[in-house]
Amino acid sequence: MQARPQPHLEHEGAHCRLSGDWTLAALRPRLVWLRARLLVVRAVPVWDLSQISRIDSFGALLLWRAWGMREPETLVMPPGLHSAFDRIKPLAGLRPPSPHRDPWLPVLRVGRTVLDLFDQLRDFTHMLGMVVSEVVRLLIEPRSIPFKEFSAALYKAGVQAMPISALVGFLIGIVLSYLSALQLRNFGADALIINILGIGIIRELGPVLVSILVAGRSGSAITAQLGVMRVTEELDALSAIGVSPYQRLIWPKVLAMAIAMPLLVLWTSAAALGGGMLAADLQLEIDWRFFLMSLPHVVPVQNLYIGLSKGAVFGVAIALIACHFGLRIRPNTESLSRNTTASVVTAITAVILIDAVFAMLTRGIGVPLR
Amino acid sequence: MSTTGTTSVPVIELRDVCTRLGGHWIHRNLDLKVERGDLLALVGGSGAGKTTLLRQMIGLSRPTLGEVLLFGERHQAGHRAERFARLRRMGVLFQHGALFSAFSVFDNIAFPLREFGGLHEDEIRPLVLSKMALVELEPRHAGLMPAELSGGMVKRAALARSLALEPELLLLDEPTAGLDPERSAGFVRLIRQLHGELGLTVVFVTHDLDTLSALANRVAVLAEHRILAAGTLDEIHAVEHPFIQKFFRYHATVDEAPPEPDSD
Repeated sequence: MQARPQPHLEHEGAHCRLSGDWTLAALRPRLVWLRARLLVVRAVPVWDLSQISRIDSFGALLLWRAWGMREPETLVMPPGLHSAFDRIKPLAGLRPPSPHRDPWLPVLRVGRTVLDLFDQLRDFTHMLGMVVSEVVRLLIEPRSIPFKEFSAALYKAGVQAMPISALVGFLIGIVLSYLSALQLRNFGADALIINILGIGIIRELGPVLVSILVAGRSGSAITAQLGVMRVTEELDALSAIGVSPYQRLIWPKVLAMAIAMPLLVLWTSAAALGGGMLAADLQLEIDWRFFLMSLPHVVPVQNLYIGLSKGAVFGVAIALIACHFGLRIRPNTESLSRNTTASVVTAITAVILIDAVFAMLTRGIGVPLR
Repeated sequence: MSTTGTTSVPVIELRDVCTRLGGHWIHRNLDLKVERGDLLALVGGSGAGKTTLLRQMIGLSRPTLGEVLLFGERHQAGHRAERFARLRRMGVLFQHGALFSAFSVFDNIAFPLREFGGLHEDEIRPLVLSKMALVELEPRHAGLMPAELSGGMVKRAALARSLALEPELLLLDEPTAGLDPERSAGFVRLIRQLHGELGLTVVFVTHDLDTLSALANRVAVLAEHRILAAGTLDEIHAVEHPFIQKFFRYHATVDEAPPEPDSD
């Protein structure tokens, strides 16, 4: 690079003489200037390329385009340069295919979305069927229950999520209690804080909060893990050995989530109530002993059952959705990121939808009406 | 900056390279020179550190001791722009192609050109198509995604990408691994042809003695932490060393008749 001759263009009457290296690297620093020069001299009839020391396809292309895709009237070209020109000559004039506009595109797009939805639904049903048939098979043949995978999944999705869910729950409890206390004090209804926090957290906030955390934490991890196993052909290897991926990978995860989630809900609700209790103690001077004593009286125990069963259902939903998108990943990076995002978004949306259904179905249960 | 001109400076020079990986010395006082126009094969047993050496030539990793000179200069020498300009004189073909899976074949090959800057999109198109023609990919393959390509096509598309900036030096990691014998012979023919047409210097790592004998005009044997011998295939065969004798024993037939892959 240091000792190579610079590309140069000399123009004299009807003569144009080129010299130096006409290569991409050498042309780049003077490209703007050379383009402008070529534009000026392109109609010159006599071109002398004999002084060019090296030329590559880009140099040849630049000249060929300047000449208007044909050789000038007189061209002096040493034989060594021919191959570079020969390579680009047939290609230089190619126009990119004009972007083809289909008037039916919006219709096609809607159609594709609907078909994709059916496709997803079919895949999901297939997976659900496989998981259920695995459960039946494992009941008949308990020897092949993958205890290790199950316990690993339980540890990853449950135990390792405990610190973060406790922290988030505790802080949310404090905020909720603090804000409610400000309002309640205006009405002199201080003691109602226990009802509000009790029912709100145990029945609604605890399960939804944990679900969102777990969908972000374990849901994305499950999707990415299955996806990478698809990319590295580990899923195929598993099938080839005669082990069903549904039995070894998906079933343990679904079951682990079904068990870990209610426990996490219990744990997070306790942390949130702890936070709320602390804030109530400081803000409204409600003693924590009084808080704990009156909690069972103002919050019917059905609320706890509803909260825990919500947790289990949400857990199964998150695990199934994460596995579904994990299995749909195709071996490329784009698909991996798209499906992981879809997994988390769909899981959270599904949780909220199922929560709404729960609210409708249980509207007469556990709510003290006066 | 060297003042002796580029012709006399080795394209790659390894001086006294020592590499320590995971508590073991992989290379010890290793010296190697690659001259302009070489088709150098780097051979050696598994785990001898061939790929490590190739990575050091690319500048992806640095030796523990010693230095690697690319076009007469160290990888770290010069400003950012000079370092990148030096790297752009070199093309690398990774073992599995390393095509960007989010881009089509066309965009993969166009990527170095677009990054280089200053080129118009209607100049990039013929350049990309000429590179595709060079590696015998047809224009209708331009829109395919890497996931839709066969193993041989991935290699050829990756080779086209490494040739996009018309490098002077081409580094190939196991160029024929994973190709069937016919495709492998075709790929070797292709690289030989490019070597002739573009005046490339090629360094490649291989395990395959067929590739070695068909492609290399020089061979460097990496064993016992150093370059045991370097020279033409005939010179290497003449070396009396147990490793070399064992390595080439299975391939005595190439001694007499170096195959000419262009024969019909």
